[in-house]
Amino acid sequence: MARLYEYQSKTLLQEGGVRVPAGAVAFSAAEARAVAEKIGKPVVLKIQVWLTGRAGLGGIQFAATPQEAEDRAAKMIGMRVRNYVIDRILVEEKLAIKAEYFAGLVIDDAQKCPLLVFSAAGGTGVEEIARRHPGKIAAMPIDVGTGLSAFEARDLVRRAGLTGSVMIQLAEVLAKLYRVARAKDARSAEINPLVLTEDDLIYAADCHLVIDDYAVFRHPELGIEVAREFDRPPTELEKIAYKVEERDHRGTFYFFQMTDRIPAEGIFIGFHGAGGGGSMMSMDAVLNRGFKPANYCDTSGNPPASKVYRAAKIILSQPGIRGYFASGSGVASQEQYHSARGLVKAFLEEALSVPAVIRLGGNFEEEAIRILAAYCQNLPAKVEGYGRDDAPERCAARLEELIRENKAAAHEVRPIPEFRPAAGACAFDTLTGKIFIDHGLCPACRSKGCIEACAPKILKLEADRPVLAIAPEEAKKGKCTECLA
Amino acid sequence: MSILVDEKSRVIIQGITGREGMARAQLMKDYGTNVVAGVTPGRGGQNVYGIPVFDSVAAAWEKEGPVDISVIFIPAALVRNAALEAFAAGVKLLVIVPDRVPIYDVLDISRAAKEKGARFVGPNTLGLLSPGKAVLGMIGGRAQRAREWFRPGGLGVSSRSGGMTSAIAYYLTRAGFGQSTIIHVGGDAVVGLSHPEVMELFESDDETKAVAMFGEIGTTQEERVADLIKARKFTKPLIAFIGGKAAKSGTRFSHAGAIVEGSRGSYETKVQRLGEVGVHVVDTIFDIPKKAKDILG
Repeated sequence: MARLYEYQSKTLLQEGGVRVPAGAVAFSAAEARAVAEKIGKPVVLKIQVWLTGRAGLGGIQFAATPQEAEDRAAKMIGMRVRNYVIDRILVEEKLAIKAEYFAGLVIDDAQKCPLLVFSAAGGTGVEEIARRHPGKIAAMPIDVGTGLSAFEARDLVRRAGLTGSVMIQLAEVLAKLYRVARAKDARSAEINPLVLTEDDLIYAADCHLVIDDYAVFRHPELGIEVAREFDRPPTELEKIAYKVEERDHRGTFYFFQMTDRIPAEGIFIGFHGAGGGGSMMSMDAVLNRGFKPANYCDTSGNPPASKVYRAAKIILSQPGIRGYFASGSGVASQEQYHSARGLVKAFLEEALSVPAVIRLGGNFEEEAIRILAAYCQNLPAKVEGYGRDDAPERCAARLEELIRENKAAAHEVRPIPEFRPAAGACAFDTLTGKIFIDHGLCPACRSKGCIEACAPKILKLEADRPVLAIAPEEAKKGKCTECLA
Repeated sequence: MSILVDEKSRVIIQGITGREGMARAQLMKDYGTNVVAGVTPGRGGQNVYGIPVFDSVAAAWEKEGPVDISVIFIPAALVRNAALEAFAAGVKLLVIVPDRVPIYDVLDISRAAKEKGARFVGPNTLGLLSPGKAVLGMIGGRAQRAREWFRPGGLGVSSRSGGMTSAIAYYLTRAGFGQSTIIHVGGDAVVGLSHPEVMELFESDDETKAVAMFGEIGTTQEERVADLIKARKFTKPLIAFIGGKAAKSGTRFSHAGAIVEGSRGSYETKVQRLGEVGVHVVDTIFDIPKKAKDILG
């Protein structure tokens, strides 16, 4: 799920008619000063991160003058919070607060509808308040067909113990909150605290929207770069991985890093799962062995070999891993040789020097295991293929043995050599790249396996060499399945 | 018996002329599913593997007769419309295969289903299969494999992961236990039929003697199964395997459903709640057939 920063969420709420404090985001101390000058009142400065408890981290500070705002901002921008460098702060007017409430919208998987929660007590530790004073909390399922009516919103606030004009004002905010959430496909939308000021106005003092990953395509206006749930900004590799996924919707590819700097101690491995459940089971097996996964990766849903290859290349862009573990559910419906071919290409290019255990159970697993064995035999490190009858626990144990045999050598990332296609190579574009067939090697080839392996039958022999049998545009549109056979 | 589908169920495929639709139409037909029609707007009059294609669900119904089930293979952004079309035509069960369906679209589909007294499996599902009778979706990949891997028998299988649905059923077959129906409820946070609803169906199916369930961290499905057992609405032996034990709270996995929200949805809570009501919670997938042997002999 794509999280929005507080300042972005506030802009959306404001567009939806909810009152928010006057302010703006600042990327430098000078900008912070300019915002404070424009506001012309004491301000609050808030670091923009996807973390709760910012006050305790020194991430929320007050300033009476623009000069003070500049000085404080200078210290806040660039501060490190849990391995993450702050690059922006929100500068806004300081409110005179009389009361704090809480409003939040989540999707209820049991009732299959949005659930709106309101609390007459808000602010820090709202969960604790809810536990101690259940009478101050009220929740209500929303009918997505009719939306949230004014009378329903008023009733919700009343059930939390508030009456009078405050109740009516709060109910209006709740109705607007739902409308914004629905319009922006938010999976959660939270205002905490929702405040009543000394001059009896309701403000959203802090808020967070999380947009549904699957609906990000409907909202180019939000400028979401990586539609993934992270509690920190994405790493460079994660951004590259997301681009691969964005450009190729055949199958799914998910990648995130547990660490972007692998320490010398501990046995870190590259992890490559297939399928959510199978990946989870395999990850459990790896962790139970005492390995530390450097990353989590999942390629599933019948991806082409080229996508698996790109995933493997990204995993192998992590220096310091001491092994490669790939494992899925064990009984996959899709043909497993696609994954095997993708892995082989990556391993050969990297001249893999750390051991790999690849559990590719499912349809045509025998062929997948054969491909791994046939093409990886001359690599510096051992690559072993396993099938559906081999438990993930056993495969993890085997990787441990191989890493020990390999003296726990660490993977080094080599610079990518510039690719120079052989002179006269047959070349054509595919959906995600370019395929080269080196015709210089063809005279020595007897099997012409490329013709046989081509499932969509887009290759033909011409003067004993494979060439494209269809129009190049068709191959580019996806007729070429990028099998890497 | 089996649940939701058997060899008599009359099935249509929405999106039958697409890449996935075509490939899976062949699987379903070869396996023995009673596929009566396909639907792709604008392609009416064509046919796919001898299955007649219509422009709309209503047109298919009119020409080929009543439809029990529609299996949907169309791009995620268009799923909502296709599902509403099927409900409007009178179809009472949908299998929504695509992933990445926006969550508010799923909520809209769910509301329409309630209104029409209909149900749906998925989205983001591999589908379901009643061994020897019919397959809906893509379980097994190819008919011959599906026949080898899954055999008729008394175990129900319900899983939140597609691969694990096949894996659990295959390991049961290997140990000599056939299955009544195996179902992938879908990998998303909100799905049509979730574990507790499937358990109720297995409860009223005579052939099902026991059930194996694969759960995951995130959502309240497994906790609600525990509630169901406590209320004596599910009384058959249940073997559960829960993934995500080693995941730290807050670690996100590729199933959007696997989201840890406080203690609700955590591995510990699920195992504890299921254990309290007498569910056999196992630690590895290979313990599932072993436990089945203990229970059924």
